[in-house]
Amino acid sequence: MTANLRRRKLFSRVFEVLCALAVVVALIPLAMILFYVIKEGAGALNWDFFTKMPKPVGETGGGMANAIVGTLILIGIAALFAIPVGGICGVHLAEYPETKFSSAVRFAADVLNGVPSIVVGIFAYGLVVLPVKRFSALAGGVALGFLMVPIVVRTTEELLRLVPGGLREGALALGATRSRAVFSVIVPAALPGILTGILVALARVAGETAPLLFTALGNRFWSTSLTQPIASLTVQVYTYAQSPYDDWHRQAWAGAFLLVMIILTLSIAARLAVRRLERMNRP
Amino acid sequence: MRRSSDDRSFRLGTGAFAALVLLLVLGIAFELTRQSMLSIAKFGLKFWTTSTWNPVSGDFGALPFIWGTLYSSILALLIATPIALGIAIFISELSPRLLRQPLAYLTDLLAAIPSIVYGLWGVFVLVPFVRKLEVATPDALKKIPLFNGPPLGVGMLAAALILAVMVIPFTSSVAREILKNVPSTQREAAYALGATRWEAIKVAIGFGKSGIIGAVMLGFGRALGETIAVTMVIGNSPQVTASLFKPQYTMAAVIANEFTEAADELYLHALIEIGLLLFIITVAVNIISRLLIWSMKRRVVAPIAAPIVPAEEALA
Amino acid sequence: MTASVLQSIRSTTLESPSPPRFLAGEKVPKADEGAELAQDFVSARTPNEQTMTESKISVRNFDFFYGASKVLHGISLEIPAQKVTALIGPSGCGKSTFIRSINRMNDIIPEARATGAIMIDGQDVYGGDTDVVELRRKVGMVFQKSNPFPKSIYENVAYGLKIGGMRNKRQLDEIIERSLTRAALWHEVKDRLHASAMALSGGQQQRLCIARALAVDPEIVLMDEPASALDPLATSKIEELIYELKDNYTIVIVTHNMQQAARVSDRTAFFMLGKLIEYADTNAIFMNPKEKMTEDYVTGRFG
Repeated sequence: MTANLRRRKLFSRVFEVLCALAVVVALIPLAMILFYVIKEGAGALNWDFFTKMPKPVGETGGGMANAIVGTLILIGIAALFAIPVGGICGVHLAEYPETKFSSAVRFAADVLNGVPSIVVGIFAYGLVVLPVKRFSALAGGVALGFLMVPIVVRTTEELLRLVPGGLREGALALGATRSRAVFSVIVPAALPGILTGILVALARVAGETAPLLFTALGNRFWSTSLTQPIASLTVQVYTYAQSPYDDWHRQAWAGAFLLVMIILTLSIAARLAVRRLERMNRP
Repeated sequence: MRRSSDDRSFRLGTGAFAALVLLLVLGIAFELTRQSMLSIAKFGLKFWTTSTWNPVSGDFGALPFIWGTLYSSILALLIATPIALGIAIFISELSPRLLRQPLAYLTDLLAAIPSIVYGLWGVFVLVPFVRKLEVATPDALKKIPLFNGPPLGVGMLAAALILAVMVIPFTSSVAREILKNVPSTQREAAYALGATRWEAIKVAIGFGKSGIIGAVMLGFGRALGETIAVTMVIGNSPQVTASLFKPQYTMAAVIANEFTEAADELYLHALIEIGLLLFIITVAVNIISRLLIWSMKRRVVAPIAAPIVPAEEALA
Repeated sequence: MTASVLQSIRSTTLESPSPPRFLAGEKVPKADEGAELAQDFVSARTPNEQTMTESKISVRNFDFFYGASKVLHGISLEIPAQKVTALIGPSGCGKSTFIRSINRMNDIIPEARATGAIMIDGQDVYGGDTDVVELRRKVGMVFQKSNPFPKSIYENVAYGLKIGGMRNKRQLDEIIERSLTRAALWHEVKDRLHASAMALSGGQQQRLCIARALAVDPEIVLMDEPASALDPLATSKIEELIYELKDNYTIVIVTHNMQQAARVSDRTAFFMLGKLIEYADTNAIFMNPKEKMTEDYVTGRFG
């Protein structure tokens, strides 16, 4: 073996090791974040956290009942319009994948997905808060919904495309109209996957903080009104994290733990659903 | 007959919902412009080139925020890109098959963790660590502008580090996809000419170059718009400085911090104008990156679409 | 397929089928005499006797596995130097796997495993002291689908030289011209060496890939269905080229096209279901096969 070749092979080897190292380097923060969230958060999570209201400044104890309910209401509003809009849009893209219009919409959805969430928050502010001059749950929900639309669009499209082509042809061959074929055969076949995809999208927007700061604002009190400011887990964690109180820090970690657990569970569920669909698709 | 009319209405009906997505993008652009008119009219281009930010006197210049956004994002990119590409290469080219899926899943998980959780971890774990690092920095080094500044922990370095971690999964998952799309015949050609593994990988990277640049830009777009985690660790002090240790401010952070405090309309419009610029920049970056990724994929799909003789038993 | 049909394929499709099947010193007949003479030769000698003089690659009891499935079963054959050896057989018969085993291209595929030996000039390809990078420089390969790099024509041909450490511009220019000339592409591209290789036609791309393989000066050139994706005109150009290349290189070609095997090769190996069924001079395989299976295949009774 020539010296040159030996040098090349050494170089290759060094490079391969560096790539492996890159994986390790990236997994360190992941492990650390999960470790701290579990260590600090799991212990702080108790029954009170789910059922009690925040205590006044300076008192320890209490929980985030209002924020948990607030987050549920916010993502409920988001889901209410993001799922139909995103879902039907996804159906259109999957059914007419090659048209210019579809390419434009797909492109717009991808670009929208890259627009910072805080910018979308400003949009919701201008649309919902400004006209009535009041922060509200509705505004927060709308902001989250806008963020959710592109995710639902792309998830729905991708999952519909995984449905075996034979199913569609079978339905059409039996004389079904396009809409019937889609809604009675194709969508149901992909439904478990789409539903988990939607759950992941919900989990993702539930983790958003920035767009809520000036739409839903936050609320230390119990409120379920759509026209009033409302608390949310993320904004509460944000506020608590920046406070000087240890007990609030503890609760912030508990909130983070809850968020991470929800997201982990849902993303694992989604993964299993997609895998099942792919297996079904295999000949 | 009935069937074709049903097809038509189905197409138009679903198309209307799809059009809403286009409308949403246009709506954001329109609304942001409309709500920043006061500031645009009053300051013009000066808004982007001056550094005064005085809500009391009504003087607004956004330069420090633009600086902080670009500086933190570029630093993050410098850290994240080699790591993200290394991960992509490892997973798609080097890793044993069994490890591929789990590693891809784990790195993607980094993207699923909410920004606020990164921020929380940043405040309580990363910032103290960075502070120790800054304290330990020898005085000789501190004379260099790059390391000049008080050891606060919060500041540009902490922001860049946390951004880097957040950007890695985006870049690496797209780059992975790109490498997967590079035809194996390219690597085979290199191997058959006596290439080492790294040389063959270089050929694959060369083939997917435009897509990989797209992947990096996508990460850049993410970094530009990231808000909460950065807000929590960057120190939120508007200044144009090259120092890694000094606290700075980003466009997204100033919107997050001051939006609800903006008492008068001009102040609000100034903040929304920052949002508008952020929107324009991130849309531009995203468009370019999507086009790059798309052009790469199209190039790959074309030859595959051509008729080829059924693969030999190697694939059986 | 009768002998005369075969001969007509040979002489019509190939401009000058200077028949290779003669020992040194013998008078080389003119093209039009070829038909009768070839006939005489086949009947006059046993198929295996003439080309065994110098063996370049010798394969001994070679097995190959993908995971648990065995795709090659005890292959043994001698591939002569400076001749064209064709591997034929139905899809999935193992011919591609076999040719890719010669330069260990299958190493890239996980869970691939080989037993037995492939010796090149007496050295075992799969032996512990064989370096696969060096091996592949000695054993060039051309693939079924042309696979130029998305770089200039010049850079494509220079690739193997450059990774090998050659930096001298004049030397590079010289070798690139020689390689492109040998691949019968020089005159078509000499004015646009720095244009993208992707702009070439399919046939030109394939010849560029051949030039690229020749540039690193291999001793053996493996061709895995090099013309299967090309139109007839481009195919005949490649075939002519193969014919000329054998003066300098030992060539092994996989083809699913029997006429092609008949036109370009000196020796032919017939594979089926991972086994080597018959291996002999090309004429013998096509005109006088010993095995029933070979006969059925070359006469098109199955395939």
